[in-house]
Amino acid sequence: MSSDTSKVASSNGKTAATPSKPSKGGIVANWADERLGLAGMMKKNLRKVFPDHWSFMLGEIALWSFVVLLISGVFLTLWFKPTMAEIVYNGSYDQFRGMYVTEAFASSLDISFDIRGGLLMRQMHHWAAMLFIASMMIHLLRVYFTGAFRKPRELNWVIGCLLLILGTLEGFTGYSLPDDLLSGTGVRAADGFIKAIPVVGSYLSFLIFGGEFPGDDIITRFYIAHVLLLPGLLLALIAAHMLLLVYHKHTQWAGPGRTEGNVVGFPMLPVYAAKAGGFFFIVFGVSALMGGLMTINPVWKMGPYDPTKVTAGSQPDWYMGWPDGALRIMPGWESEFWGHTIPWNVFLPIIVLPGLMFTILLLLPFLEAWITGDKREHHLLDRPRNAPTRTALMVSLMTFYGLMWAAGGNDIIAIKLHLSINQITYAMRVLVFVGPAIAFFITRRWCISLQRHDNDVLLHGYETGIIMRSPEGAYAEKHLPIGEDEAYALTARDREPDLETIETEGDPSDDGRAAKLRRKLRALWYADNVQKPTVTELEASHHHDEAEHELAGALDGHAVDGHQFDGMHPVDDEPLRDKH
Amino acid sequence: MRLLNRSAGRLSRHRRGKVAGLVLLLLGLVLSGSLYAALSPATAENTDTTAAEVEKGRELFLVGCAFCHGENGEGVSTLNGNQIGPSLVGVGAAAVDFQVGTGRMPMSQPGAQAPRKDVVYNQEEIDQLAAFVASLGPGPAIPTEADYSTADLTEEEREAAIVRGGQIFLTNCTACHNFDGSGGAMPRGGYAPTIRGVDAKHIYEAMLTGPQQMPNFANGNITPEMKRDVIAYLEATEEQPSYGGFGLGALGPVSEGMFAWLLGIGSLVGFAIWIAAHTTRSKKEKVEA
Repeated sequence: MSSDTSKVASSNGKTAATPSKPSKGGIVANWADERLGLAGMMKKNLRKVFPDHWSFMLGEIALWSFVVLLISGVFLTLWFKPTMAEIVYNGSYDQFRGMYVTEAFASSLDISFDIRGGLLMRQMHHWAAMLFIASMMIHLLRVYFTGAFRKPRELNWVIGCLLLILGTLEGFTGYSLPDDLLSGTGVRAADGFIKAIPVVGSYLSFLIFGGEFPGDDIITRFYIAHVLLLPGLLLALIAAHMLLLVYHKHTQWAGPGRTEGNVVGFPMLPVYAAKAGGFFFIVFGVSALMGGLMTINPVWKMGPYDPTKVTAGSQPDWYMGWPDGALRIMPGWESEFWGHTIPWNVFLPIIVLPGLMFTILLLLPFLEAWITGDKREHHLLDRPRNAPTRTALMVSLMTFYGLMWAAGGNDIIAIKLHLSINQITYAMRVLVFVGPAIAFFITRRWCISLQRHDNDVLLHGYETGIIMRSPEGAYAEKHLPIGEDEAYALTARDREPDLETIETEGDPSDDGRAAKLRRKLRALWYADNVQKPTVTELEASHHHDEAEHELAGALDGHAVDGHQFDGMHPVDDEPLRDKH
Repeated sequence: MRLLNRSAGRLSRHRRGKVAGLVLLLLGLVLSGSLYAALSPATAENTDTTAAEVEKGRELFLVGCAFCHGENGEGVSTLNGNQIGPSLVGVGAAAVDFQVGTGRMPMSQPGAQAPRKDVVYNQEEIDQLAAFVASLGPGPAIPTEADYSTADLTEEEREAAIVRGGQIFLTNCTACHNFDGSGGAMPRGGYAPTIRGVDAKHIYEAMLTGPQQMPNFANGNITPEMKRDVIAYLEATEEQPSYGGFGLGALGPVSEGMFAWLLGIGSLVGFAIWIAAHTTRSKKEKVEA
């Protein structure tokens, strides 16, 4: 390694290639490498290849909005005073001057009105938080719909789900810090939720609040969770999430030259450094524009929290909207045991339901692997239509989520659409059960018919929109074969097991309940699926095309307007449709 | 003796004058008359015009209101005990001025709530209707500008009034009308309307009379000064600039969430598509990939 290679010819030139005077950057890089030894790792990773597709950048929105949150959050901590000690407000917002407020609220007002750029930072921080969780969710949907959660990425799915729930908690604690009317109402609600837990509820509440609600500890406690505990966990899990991404390598769409064993795309440096770096500035810019132009949580209108006050339109931030909706539409059931009330109307929708939904979310990859019995590694993505049951399952979960979410805004829907809040509530009680079932059915059938359409395109070509008249006088739409690349992408999926093999596979003598259930679910999972055409079918359709060509051969040399597109004449300079 | 009591003698001489009694009577009458004129309620000033107003108001009432409220404002009940229109005895002039002055009455159709709409009577007719309804039984009168104006307060007093008004507003009003007075939902299709863009007089009357589903904030409950303070707070917050930018309807987190998704995530996904569509290439011309 240390032998002098500077005199070794590396070219066919007349002079020996010697290194020119090292550049300044090279000197610095060399200095660093001799001490840190990073060159080997950098050399490998700076050239690491990532595939290019817009949907692979959704997680990046989450990453960059988290960076925006860190930056704007640090700014806010410089002035925010996380204590519930009462002081007289003497800042520049006239409407509250001379009032007794907590220091947390007073400093929120100070940040908004007396600190340069403070309101912009506060609003940016809040908007970025909304975007952070929203982008995590659309990233989750992308990963699920394309099957990117399958082996070997199940654990990264679990980490992602934990990030989602930690992000939600981080958002809730942040929402509660300014001690304005909405914050306090939210904390009051949370206190009620905790107290609704049978047996331990009131003990838990007293533990968290340091006594009876509201006490004077909760803001200090939420603060330390919000700025230290939760961000620390989030950072660690984001690091793990991304290390696993590098380790597993990124998934890619099927296409010519793309296999389960490679990644086709562009290198990290310079392409993705520029793209991802640029995207950070875009996310920062969008958050800054939203923070600068759109009011979010106007604490000066809300006023300080006081348990005697509440405002119409008291809602949590959007990501807590769906359990709030469940709470709003839940019938008022409660039962009493030996003098103790169990409020099912609070306990079920706000403690049990989110826990259940989150567990389902966590288990989705394992559930699917168990049903399909697929233990292979997957690095090529599925098109959503090619996994009809999976796609339908998520759409039905989304429908459930969306309806609950809408129910959380029932009062705003009522006043803005001139409806009765009672009727909305009654309708939602039915819809949250019926809606997901309908959505499941429609999505599944939709996927299946899209698969059928793919097969039609493969076997008979795409529809040109040109109506041809045969010599006999019959009219038919001309179909033209699709390109090879396109055909490759359409056929790059596995053949699925058919129902007969599902019924006989495995150990038929295994009559255990689990085995039976699994066989049943497996049959449902693959029911009505559409297989891609076999090689014989494809060849037969090509022979059919050639036969048709011969039949239409009589037309040769008689091309008139439009006939030049009949697929049998060279039309080099006249593309029928744009190439994509 | 006479020398000692000279001044007394002089005064008593006048007291015993023949016209003294008459002068005293006249003085007393003038004094009591002018004091009455100065201190009596304003409506008593024009007693005879009020009678005419009541009569005109009754004629308007018979045409526009009696169908639901009855010819004498006694209310009309349905067979099963529901009301077509409630009794107006004792609701006072303030209630009429509010309901008719904001276009809520006359109602165009029965429904969950009488909505605010174009006013169909002019102020003179509204006053006549109010006078007629006020004549049915004692009730709150139409407030004067002095009741809800802070013009006569000093700058410091006004600031204190605004701070007090804010607290009264946040305690008593926001639960239905929302923190910014944007309105909120009530059961069965009812709603607390927005109080932005409503005249100070009508806000005062609403508090005083409790129209529709609104509770009645009587003067014993929320004093006239407190009502004035609430109006001062609302005016102050309406005058201030929108510090945070566009208000998004001032509806709270629901509209914020909608904007985060549609505008925020919508534009960011758009940018992601844009970035992915502009991929690296070695030639200047776009390469068909």
